[in-house]
Amino acid sequence: MMNKIIKKEILSENIVKLEIEAPLISKSRKAGHFVIVKLGTNGERIPLTIVNANTQSGTITIIVQNVGTSTKKICALNEGDEITDLVGPLGKATIISNFGTIIFACGGVGIAPMLPIVEAMKKAGNKVITILASKTKQLIILEKEIRKFSDKVIIMTNDGSYGIKGLVTNGIKIAIKKEKINLCITIGPAIMMKYVSILTKKYNIPTIASLNTIMVDGTGMCGACRVSVGGKIKFVCIDGPEFDAHKVNFDEMIARLNTYN
Amino acid sequence: MIKKKYLKYQQNETWREKLRTNIKNKERIGIHRVKMKELNPNYRSHNHNEVSLGLTLEQALLESKRCLDCSEPQCITGCPIKIDIPKFIKNIERNNILEAAKILRQASAFPAVCGRVCPQEKQCESKCIHLKIKKEPVAIGSLERFVADFERKNNSIFIPKIAKNNKIKIAVVGSGPAGLSFAKDMAQLGYQVTVFEALHEIGGVLKYGIPEFRLPNYIVDIEINILKKIGVQFLNNIIVGKTISYQDLHSENYKGIFVAGGAGFPHFMNIPGENLSGILSSNEYLTRINLMGANKKENDTPIIFGKKVAIIGGGNTAIDSGRTARRLGAKKAMIIYRRSIKEMPARIEEIKHAKEEGIIFMNFYSPIRYIGNEKGQVKQINLQKMKLGKLDSSGRKTPIVIPNETKILDVDMIIIAIGVSPNPIVPNFFKGLNISQLGTIIVNKDTLQTNIPDIYAGGDIVRGGATVILAMGDGRKAAFSMHRAFNIKN
Repeated sequence: MMNKIIKKEILSENIVKLEIEAPLISKSRKAGHFVIVKLGTNGERIPLTIVNANTQSGTITIIVQNVGTSTKKICALNEGDEITDLVGPLGKATIISNFGTIIFACGGVGIAPMLPIVEAMKKAGNKVITILASKTKQLIILEKEIRKFSDKVIIMTNDGSYGIKGLVTNGIKIAIKKEKINLCITIGPAIMMKYVSILTKKYNIPTIASLNTIMVDGTGMCGACRVSVGGKIKFVCIDGPEFDAHKVNFDEMIARLNTYN
Repeated sequence: MIKKKYLKYQQNETWREKLRTNIKNKERIGIHRVKMKELNPNYRSHNHNEVSLGLTLEQALLESKRCLDCSEPQCITGCPIKIDIPKFIKNIERNNILEAAKILRQASAFPAVCGRVCPQEKQCESKCIHLKIKKEPVAIGSLERFVADFERKNNSIFIPKIAKNNKIKIAVVGSGPAGLSFAKDMAQLGYQVTVFEALHEIGGVLKYGIPEFRLPNYIVDIEINILKKIGVQFLNNIIVGKTISYQDLHSENYKGIFVAGGAGFPHFMNIPGENLSGILSSNEYLTRINLMGANKKENDTPIIFGKKVAIIGGGNTAIDSGRTARRLGAKKAMIIYRRSIKEMPARIEEIKHAKEEGIIFMNFYSPIRYIGNEKGQVKQINLQKMKLGKLDSSGRKTPIVIPNETKILDVDMIIIAIGVSPNPIVPNFFKGLNISQLGTIIVNKDTLQTNIPDIYAGGDIVRGGATVILAMGDGRKAAFSMHRAFNIKN
């Protein structure tokens, strides 16, 4: 396994897009799957969602935001470099079906893992409303790609530098007022997904959250990723990463995410 | 496997007869069982060096004399992989250590591993004739380790002979003790064996589970290298059932599959507060240290250095976790177990080592709740006092609650080591495979064949959570029965 980086693109100051040679994974992955990446012999194993795959070239695409030791190292890689260890596809794939009208509520780099789901849901015949939210204009990524598969895109920034000033939840409210929503899917920081979930519960909109917890092996062995869903212990790596957001204990998840901070 | 007739023939060889007549049994029985040297507990509880230091040549030679070379050796029946125990021990007695090594390697893929981690007191040594005359059994495990270490230190590791390549491709799922043992036997029989491993390291539980101070990783790597030398191919970072499918294996022309994915799925108790930050499964804790080196500065994987650590459970994994926590600076490492120390499934030797290293044993307690601080980190454990009731189906006394007797202890880390079940990935992805309610793969007990004819399974994925040596025994058994099936077919 070589896992060579074929193409690198800098999407924003701290966000890079990498296309990696991984023929077996590109063949077997579906929307919603993730991989575990480890760099060097002393590296950490971290989960990253597969954004796209090209079976012809045998590559997968990941998008990484520099937020810590390991992601910093990954962002510093260049074309031609190799990823020491890459394993996947992991997790359960997203259930793709015609639900009707779906709101995709993405925050920050959560836009990246949402892209393949948006694409698949659009192709399944859904009406797609995508809300892209971030702190500021530079952090809105993949807008062009998202627009390709969306009927409507609402852009929200905290500082108002692009789109409408406000949070992702303000964007959801705008969409809810205009039409009947059958499903909401949210990916982003845990705190954001918590508030999306509180809001959609109020409006009785079924909501799926894709969780990004701490993992070691990513195959059901360590239980570091466990969360309470409806009062039961679930493993994000093998039972998820997608769960009924209204049943997820987000406060507990946030505390667990801060374990090593 | 060894036939009785063959054993007899071996035993009647002149050199063995001569050894038997050289020293009288009475004199042999009079020798005291050897004691292996160990690192001082105060020193070793602060580092990861191997605790047991092995026997010296003199010790091994003397201990080997204790073996009476019985006419019907029962020790072999206690060994899951049927090592010819008297023959290897008698070769030590005549100071032919490398020949002893050869005998071990005929049966075992991992003598240096088994000599360290097998529960010999429950297996070979429990059948030793010395016990019948109220003496301590021959230290078979220590001798096994001595031979394997001697062979390695003298750079003369015996590479087993392999049969002519028969061009039949065999896939092994998982590189733990069951998979490796199977791979060794199949490679020796001439098959082209590929082992698929989900993790980045080869070795399975030998690497991520058993700590360095009990089984150094380099020992495991040396044994894996022998398999490479006899032609076994290893592919890491591949999850069979995810990265590649059963159909992929077929289209790659694999004719037989041995599933040995282990029991890596950790259990929790489902009690309040169990998901607080600072509560880890023993799998997570030990994997972070043993596989990822989280305790070392140069590694990126983080770990909590708990000062007041409670470990829930009474098996070897609980003891390993407690001893690891001590080495990572825990002032208090408490093993919390709901029965008495006698009922603990852990090896007696490990309990002894743990006590010497200052581990606190809190028997007759079971956690009922964890209490967190405002940040969601565990700060206290609420314990229920237990007592023993009637015998249960496992032959142990059932722990029962003593009403109104609870207590609360301050802690900053909890490690849960109450057991594991099979990893669900493999069973779920082989469509049509018969799975038990416990999630284990159902096999024919004699052949280890599953209901899908070209799939065999063994080790913890069949047994739930068991031992390294039982897994290795399964590997051997599956190899021989798969080989027999190929022979019948052709």
